Amino acid sequence: MKLKKEDCRKMVEAAKASDAPRLSCEECHDLLDAFAEMILAGKKPEEAMPLVEEHLNSCPCCHEEFDVLIEALRAQRSAEEATA
Amino acid sequence: MAASAPPARSPAQFSNDEWVAALKGPRRDRALAALRERLVRGLRAALAQRAPGSTIDTLVEDFVQEALLKILDNLDSFRGESRFTTWAQKIAVRVALSELRRKRWQDVALSDLTSSDDGSSDYTPTVLSDHDLNPEEQTAQSMIVAQVEQVIAEDLSERQRQALTGVVIQGMPVEVVAERLGSNRNALYKLIFDARKRLRKGLEDRGLSPEGILDEL
Repeated sequence: MKLKKEDCRKMVEAAKASDAPRLSCEECHDLLDAFAEMILAGKKPEEAMPLVEEHLNSCPCCHEEFDVLIEALRAQRSAEEATA
Repeated sequence: MAASAPPARSPAQFSNDEWVAALKGPRRDRALAALRERLVRGLRAALAQRAPGSTIDTLVEDFVQEALLKILDNLDSFRGESRFTTWAQKIAVRVALSELRRKRWQDVALSDLTSSDDGSSDYTPTVLSDHDLNPEEQTAQSMIVAQVEQVIAEDLSERQRQALTGVVIQGMPVEVVAERLGSNRNALYKLIFDARKRLRKGLEDRGLSPEGILDEL
């Protein structure tokens, strides 16, 4: 086996943060629309849905989906406001 | 004389129930067109930074087309916990990012940590070429790396090694690695956390703590 020093560090970092979040990706996805609306309404993530926030902090894929969703919703809403 | 029907509401003013009814109804084209327009607008704005280039507009149209099919197939699963258009945008975002991730990583193979590049078993660990370290420090670091390698080789299953290598070392998205391994995102996510836990236990069983190793490296 060939493990570079920087890759060894990455593996050990992963072992250090070994506690799994309590929600799966799909459970998080189910709640993401309601969570996004709470965030857009100004709620703090940890108060809105702490378990969703916990999952997002440990899952880059879901976090990216959340970020893109927020940006898309902002674009939708600013267009709605412009035509209202 | 029969009263005339009230003018149909614009989709822009639809309630959640009206969206669902319109999309299930016999004349759903108007609602679909309005939904498509919203989803395209949202995705185009959100993806402009992530996937710049002249092809993004075409890609967004394709993503939204696929998302609309999923939305129509899953109307009954909409529980009304958000605005309908928020729920629909969530589905479009998942479709778009899954496809973009697949495209971004399509030419990258999943590495196999268990085989060396040149097929030989002896090699110079990278710590031995680190000129900032004195010989004692180089030796100590090489021993640590060798111990971590041993835990990975002995304590993890082949599948766990492949998954961890893809996600942790290569930086591949979980769903891309899941697809390569013939799994799904949920299952792979669990596999990775089990692997991380086992790696931690393996290190601790050998008297090593992750925190201590990170201080040394």
